[in-house]
Amino acid sequence: MTTSAANGSNQRPVVIDASQLRKMYGQTVAVDDVSFSVHVGEIFGILGPNGAGKTTTVECIIGLRRPDAGTIRVLGLNPESDQDREELHTLVGAQLQVSALPAKLTVRENLDLYRSFYSHPADGAELVSLLGLGDKLDSSYKDLSGGQKQRLAVAVALIGQPKIAVLDEMTAGLDPQARRDTWELIEGIRARGVTILLVTHYMDEAQRLCDRVALFDQGRIVALGTPSELVAEAGGGKHVTFVPSGPFDDRLLTDLSDVTGVEHQGPRVVVTGTGELVNAVIQTLAANGVTAEDVTTGSATLEDAFLRLTGRHIHERDEANV
Amino acid sequence: MIGLQSLLPPQAPRAAFRKLVRYEFVLTRRTPNRATLGLGIPLILLVILGSIPKLQQPEAALGGLSFIEVYIPTLIGFIITVTGILGLPLPLATYREQGILRRLSTTPVPPAWLLGAQLVVNLTIAVVGMLVLLVVAMARFGMAVPKSSPGFILAILLTMVAIFAIGLLVAALADGAQAAQTLSGIAAVPLLFFAGLWVPLAALPVQIRDISTWTPLGAAVKAIQDAMQTGFPPAGQLLILLAYAIVAGFLAVRFFRWE
Repeated sequence: MTTSAANGSNQRPVVIDASQLRKMYGQTVAVDDVSFSVHVGEIFGILGPNGAGKTTTVECIIGLRRPDAGTIRVLGLNPESDQDREELHTLVGAQLQVSALPAKLTVRENLDLYRSFYSHPADGAELVSLLGLGDKLDSSYKDLSGGQKQRLAVAVALIGQPKIAVLDEMTAGLDPQARRDTWELIEGIRARGVTILLVTHYMDEAQRLCDRVALFDQGRIVALGTPSELVAEAGGGKHVTFVPSGPFDDRLLTDLSDVTGVEHQGPRVVVTGTGELVNAVIQTLAANGVTAEDVTTGSATLEDAFLRLTGRHIHERDEANV
Repeated sequence: MIGLQSLLPPQAPRAAFRKLVRYEFVLTRRTPNRATLGLGIPLILLVILGSIPKLQQPEAALGGLSFIEVYIPTLIGFIITVTGILGLPLPLATYREQGILRRLSTTPVPPAWLLGAQLVVNLTIAVVGMLVLLVVAMARFGMAVPKSSPGFILAILLTMVAIFAIGLLVAALADGAQAAQTLSGIAAVPLLFFAGLWVPLAALPVQIRDISTWTPLGAAVKAIQDAMQTGFPPAGQLLILLAYAIVAGFLAVRFFRWE
């Protein structure tokens, strides 16, 4: 599944190496035969739907869980060894999916507390201004907004000057503006030389931020590469979506050489393909007396790649709940 | 099981423990009912009850002692219970529930240090509370210097170890703040009953008094009372306290989870 990275990151030293990880919870296989390497200075994405084994994988990497099989090396250290794990925790900062800070301590106090845990901590004031929490220093943790809490969690993950930052679903529950701000923040952190392991179930987040992505599904890696490689691997191409003015025979479109697929989603039709797709589709329909209304077009995304690779939408379960 | 090596990792700055203790004190101060309960209520009880002249008179029913003299060991037991069983488990269960202990597990500082900081805070509150109580009782209400000071101190120390071990067991068994609160209450009420908080032990039927000597606080009150009035307390009572400390401590270590 590994594809050669075009950005040359493969020449850089490996800082995280996971090989054939396996983790069971009772009879359930949470992580199955997962292998990947992260290079220094990369933003590496672990992407997939809820329950795909992403969090379990990073928990093994930071030494919170022991894999049932497989080996992990993080900066040459073995998270399964008690002695190595201690050193590992000075070199890796983590922002966990489910974790809080003491509710009645202020931002300043929380940072002061976590700062004392490390021998060579970062400058708290600089970190706080980088994260835009400067005017919140004396606010209690419980009084912060969701976005501010997330940013403080990131600040606490970075306060020990880690070489690697593990960020698990850091934009979950944030509004779009706060998400974009957080993305810029992560790029800023990488620019300071920190390698980032980013866990997310947001395709757009991975596409925007990650140098390389491991696409997880049902405990396995189904694809690994740069976002554009994954899109290309899954067929790439373009798509055009429209509402037809009347019924038509799908074969009108599937017979076109540029078209690779036609799918009906309620009243909408999604046509995937390559080349001059939009013109070909609209002209063919018009020639048969059908008008395409409400036309949108786009290039394939990681979302399409996931759909092609697994046959399911990444947010299928979420959507079913709505 | 917690190994010694994992309690003192070389990578964690020792100053971190001082910070943890400091901020646990700050958090306790910002959660007022925790500290005031242990420090304030026993003192208020002492002052109110001590101001009733009749309760300062020797009573034949209390073995020739005044009510106040009989009640001081009970108040000591109360202070230790409030700090050890009501004060200690709730923050620990809350920290586990909110993922704070788990978050600590990813730093060089072991989560056991937070438990240690909580112990320091609650033991400090207990010691200060008892000192204030004893000073006021001696200065204002005629409490005599204990017959056996070493016995008095040893009995109190063993009580603290036993009750705090039970508190840790509560913290180990409770899977959340709500459960911790419920379990603490369930544990504290009978313990305090057998310490004579609501009805003096001497006024209870003899069968209940016999049961009381086998409970942690019943044994504690009796040992402290003996050290105050007669001399070094009998080994039996001290051994009962020790047994509770060992059993509860072992179970707490056995069942404690950091997440």
